[in-house]
Amino acid sequence: MSDTHAHSASYVRDKMLPEQAPPVTQVGAIKWLRENLFAGPLNSILTLISIYIVYWVVIHIGPWIMNGIWEADNLNGCRAIRNEIYGEGVPAACFAVLTDRWHQLVFGYYPSALYWRPILALLLFGGGLAPILFPNLPRRLYILSASAPLLCIWLLWGGSIWMPISVAVGFFVGYAAFKYLTPVVGSLGGTIAAVLLPILYWLLLAGPLAGGLQDVLPLGIQAVQSRAFGGFLLALVIGLAAIVLSLPLGILLALGRQSDLFIIKTSCVIFIEVIRGVPLIVWLLTAQTLLNYFLPPGTNFDLMLRVIIMVTLFASAYIAEVIRGGLAALPKGQYEAADALGLDYWKAMQLIILPQALKISIPGIVNTFIGLFKDTTLVLFIGLLDSLGVANAIRSTTDWNGIYWELFLFIGVMFFISCFSMGRYSLYLEKKLQREHR
Amino acid sequence: MSTLTDPPKPAFRLSQLIYDTRYRSITIQVVALILILAALYWLVNNTLDNLARLGKDFNYGFLSNPAGYDINQRLIEYNNQMSHGRAALVGILNTLLVAFLGCVTATVLGVIAGVLRLSKNWVVNKLMAVYVEGFRNVPLLLWIILIFAIMTESMPQPREFRGEEATQSMLLGDNVAITNRGIWIPRLAFTNSISGNEAVAPVEDAVPVASGAADWLLILGVLAASLIAIRFVRRRADRIQEATGDRPKTWYIQLGLLIVPVGIVFVILGLTIVSPYLRGFNFAEGIHLRNSLIALWIALSLYTGAFIAEIVRAGILAVSKGQTEAAFALGLQPARTMNLVVLPQAMRVIIPPLISQFLNLTKNSSLAIAVGYMDVRATLGGITINQTGRELEGMLLLGAFYLTLSLIISGAMNFYNTRTQLKER
Amino acid sequence: MKRTVLFGALTIAGLAASAASAATLDDVKARGTLNCGVTTGLVGFAAPDANGVWTGFDVGVCRAVAAAIFGDPTAVEFVPTTGQTRFTALASGEIDLLARNTTWTFSRDTDLKFEFVGVNYYDGQGFMVPKALGVSSAKDLDGATVCIQTGTTTELNLADFFRTNNISYEPVPIETNAEAQQQYLAGACDVYTTDASGLASTRATFEAPDEHVLLPEIISKEPLGPLVRHGDSDWGDIARWTLNALISAEELGVTSANVEELSAAATDNPEVNRLLGTEGELGAMIGLEADWAKNAIMAGGNYGELFEKNIGENTPIGLARGLNAMWTEGGLIYSPPFR
Ligand SMILES: N[C@@H](CCC(=O)N[C@@H](CS)C(=O)NCC(=O)O)C(=O)O
Repeated sequence: MSDTHAHSASYVRDKMLPEQAPPVTQVGAIKWLRENLFAGPLNSILTLISIYIVYWVVIHIGPWIMNGIWEADNLNGCRAIRNEIYGEGVPAACFAVLTDRWHQLVFGYYPSALYWRPILALLLFGGGLAPILFPNLPRRLYILSASAPLLCIWLLWGGSIWMPISVAVGFFVGYAAFKYLTPVVGSLGGTIAAVLLPILYWLLLAGPLAGGLQDVLPLGIQAVQSRAFGGFLLALVIGLAAIVLSLPLGILLALGRQSDLFIIKTSCVIFIEVIRGVPLIVWLLTAQTLLNYFLPPGTNFDLMLRVIIMVTLFASAYIAEVIRGGLAALPKGQYEAADALGLDYWKAMQLIILPQALKISIPGIVNTFIGLFKDTTLVLFIGLLDSLGVANAIRSTTDWNGIYWELFLFIGVMFFISCFSMGRYSLYLEKKLQREHR
Repeated sequence: MSTLTDPPKPAFRLSQLIYDTRYRSITIQVVALILILAALYWLVNNTLDNLARLGKDFNYGFLSNPAGYDINQRLIEYNNQMSHGRAALVGILNTLLVAFLGCVTATVLGVIAGVLRLSKNWVVNKLMAVYVEGFRNVPLLLWIILIFAIMTESMPQPREFRGEEATQSMLLGDNVAITNRGIWIPRLAFTNSISGNEAVAPVEDAVPVASGAADWLLILGVLAASLIAIRFVRRRADRIQEATGDRPKTWYIQLGLLIVPVGIVFVILGLTIVSPYLRGFNFAEGIHLRNSLIALWIALSLYTGAFIAEIVRAGILAVSKGQTEAAFALGLQPARTMNLVVLPQAMRVIIPPLISQFLNLTKNSSLAIAVGYMDVRATLGGITINQTGRELEGMLLLGAFYLTLSLIISGAMNFYNTRTQLKER
Repeated sequence: MKRTVLFGALTIAGLAASAASAATLDDVKARGTLNCGVTTGLVGFAAPDANGVWTGFDVGVCRAVAAAIFGDPTAVEFVPTTGQTRFTALASGEIDLLARNTTWTFSRDTDLKFEFVGVNYYDGQGFMVPKALGVSSAKDLDGATVCIQTGTTTELNLADFFRTNNISYEPVPIETNAEAQQQYLAGACDVYTTDASGLASTRATFEAPDEHVLLPEIISKEPLGPLVRHGDSDWGDIARWTLNALISAEELGVTSANVEELSAAATDNPEVNRLLGTEGELGAMIGLEADWAKNAIMAGGNYGELFEKNIGENTPIGLARGLNAMWTEGGLIYSPPFR
């Protein structure tokens, strides 16, 4: 067959030519560079400026970090080592301060033999969160979620095991009251009893009960004072406690703000706006100086607890707004469907509205938590030792007097890693929810 | 002869208060009101008890007592013989100053970074991403302290500018001095100030010139008059355009109206630029931007700017692609597409969260506490409370100030929201 | 009991107020530790050492009070306070006793509602400048930038001093001594002013103390002493008489070395006997054990010993007794009699 062609045309290529490389300006790095970095004069200028900025930063900070000294007893030791290796005046970070003190920046003055306790508490907390975040896990795991908070508190502060147990009993008292009294006195009476009885129990019985049990069978772990908490541990404890405690409050506030009942709505709006209108630092100062005025004379509890209470109130206003957004984002049909089913308000909320609204609010809640976590650094100003406070304390010892940037770098990086990853997670959730909704 | 009897009117039973939806809402509200009032009563009662126990009273008289302390940065006349109230006012103005400056620069930074983050330019894009993520994910307090430390630790002392073998020199033709006590920049002053030259700095000054508030008021007045005149010119142009279809060229009249009168006033008053110079321990004259102000200002701007960048980016992305494509199809250049098509639409998405960022920035300015910037927290909420022991009164006042400020700002936001909503379809 | 408060309050925020008794002594005893407010770190007066153990002259007062109550000088929780936070910490009950270089003034005593229980250091406000500045008098400081701790009397004195001398200055308000030291050394201020004792202690921690001088002017009276809240005089008595016990001990020659021996049996000196509880019932009168003063003295020694050990001439801080010598030696330190 091949020779038929030979007669009809003078030349026919019968073999494919090997592919030619495209012109240099259209391929690989150069094309990419042209399209991405030097498309047009403005773009080129921007690129050059950016490259210069990066260059400047690298030149100024790079050697300092690369020359970092990780082993030394104090700042002078660091300087001596630097002078020996690189010569005087060469920039070299003294990361030895981190080697020496990182545990204080992370745990504060928590006894070092007990570091496993906060770590375990955190893991436990994560475990408790899992069934809520991943709905396809077995429902039985909710027990973990329910018991995690009390266990965490016990692990963190230590003391007798009977205390968390006797507090937990309070919840059962409430549950039992609801279950067995409702048939007798009606649902309203049941609810009231379910709220009042545990409170009475906690106020009057829980303490003596735990004390008694402790006398009979002393079981417990070493107690740790609130003052020992510090560094990132403090930020985490305050942040997590506040978020967890503020959720129920935030939900109620959000519902209240949506409600048709004038008085309830107004009071919720006032509460939310007042909290959000005033900076956290002012609230913290209030917790420190004024809480004592507002409580009965002679009441006194430790500063950390006061801060947790204040931050909880603070967070609840923000959470309420997040949840309000979630409620508003639900299609109206959901509310109507609930009404059509003849559900009353609380049933509708509990079974239909809130589960969905809360689900869409999770990213917002995570973002609120990130904000709160960063804001906990403010407790520095009322005398709690968060990581910046610990850094100050480290700096005021003779060993590390005069060290700055290394500590800032460490704290910044720690915050960046935790906030950035949480932020990504919330973004991922948001995307996932969007996909599910379509 | 009606066979229909009225349904028996049931007597009102107490249980209706709970089970009848008509009454239930009232019951709930009454109960809520009682609970709230009881809680308030409890709080107030406790407070009164505690005050009595401490032997204190509740009264704002301390505000008119002499403060006794000095404030370094004051926008209005103040000395330590003036009252605590005056000191609080100085602090309030300082708060407003840094909040205002911060909002302006944060917006500029945020818009630039937000737009650049959408750039196809890889390097620019990534650099902006690093900026935005870096600042958003690290506490503001850390940035404030860091910038303050850089200012105090790495900048030269005023001393180093002195003498023959000075190791440092001023910038921009001896007009700006960057030191570890802050930055000195030139100020504007008038040789023929209408407020007279009595407010002049000490005698050994080379240029005894003052700038009184009266001068600036005069200039503002002239400027306002110019603007009104410009409006007239524009209106006239509109009328002519409507009548004849031709719009007279007015831009040079407008420009002239804007510049000439103010320029004349400047000449009459004898405008001079007063540069800072080294005298004694410090630089004298010029405007002193203290480290505390600079650290707070820069950190607030960079931090909030990062959030604003995200808002701007989201706003621009929210404008559907079809709009851009349509604009391109009409032959608009990218820059004009941005200005005429995308930004106006994006604005509606951007403004509400932008204003809440302004709100955050204003509240965050209370972090002044970290660097000793004398804002209202530091004067009223700090030294005054500490010297007088009036923490209840002081904190209430402080909270009320911030609350009012927040309400004003969110009021502005709501106003804007309703206005833009009306325009929709 | 503490845990109850914690959990109770966590569950029903605030309602679970343990109705603590108004008596501070009972609270302290129930808690098992004394909460004592001190500085954030001023070497010689109150600062944690390398192991985190607080030492210093003011710390000594806290330890003596704890020892008087519990017989254990370590039963103290030290709460660092700044010039700004110290009074709110005391007023809000976060601390039971404040021993933080605090000046006894009229308004603090009356208007702020505190009770000063005595003076443990007679001081005055001074100025420190780098030698290189060539300043020899505070009057030469026109236009200088001055580092000053906010919330202190020194802030007010400074304002008065410059106003009366008709010279100007630029105040740089600072929260803690550590920050002030850093700003001063970085040259962000020309002068650091605070209590002269504080200046001496700060200078002692410098790398080159010789390059800094204290100016001759002392511009104020700063009687520094421990204080408690108004309204609980019994508690005030305990703090007051513990301090007086330390002072009397020095006057009577009771030291940490011989107190054991002197308190073993009644001595010839009735005042020593009353002080150490071998005669009379002084301890019971303030609600403490009979050997309260003995324990207080054993904690860190008598007044003179505390002084010499922490801030005296043989320490880096090197303060002379001066005004703070015993009244018998021409100073102002004087205790009412134990009887
Ligand atoms: N005596 C003055 C000043 C007390 C004061 O603040 N002194 C400084 C230096 S002597 C101090 O103790 N600083 C320790 C700290 O910053 O925590 C007062 O009571 O107001």
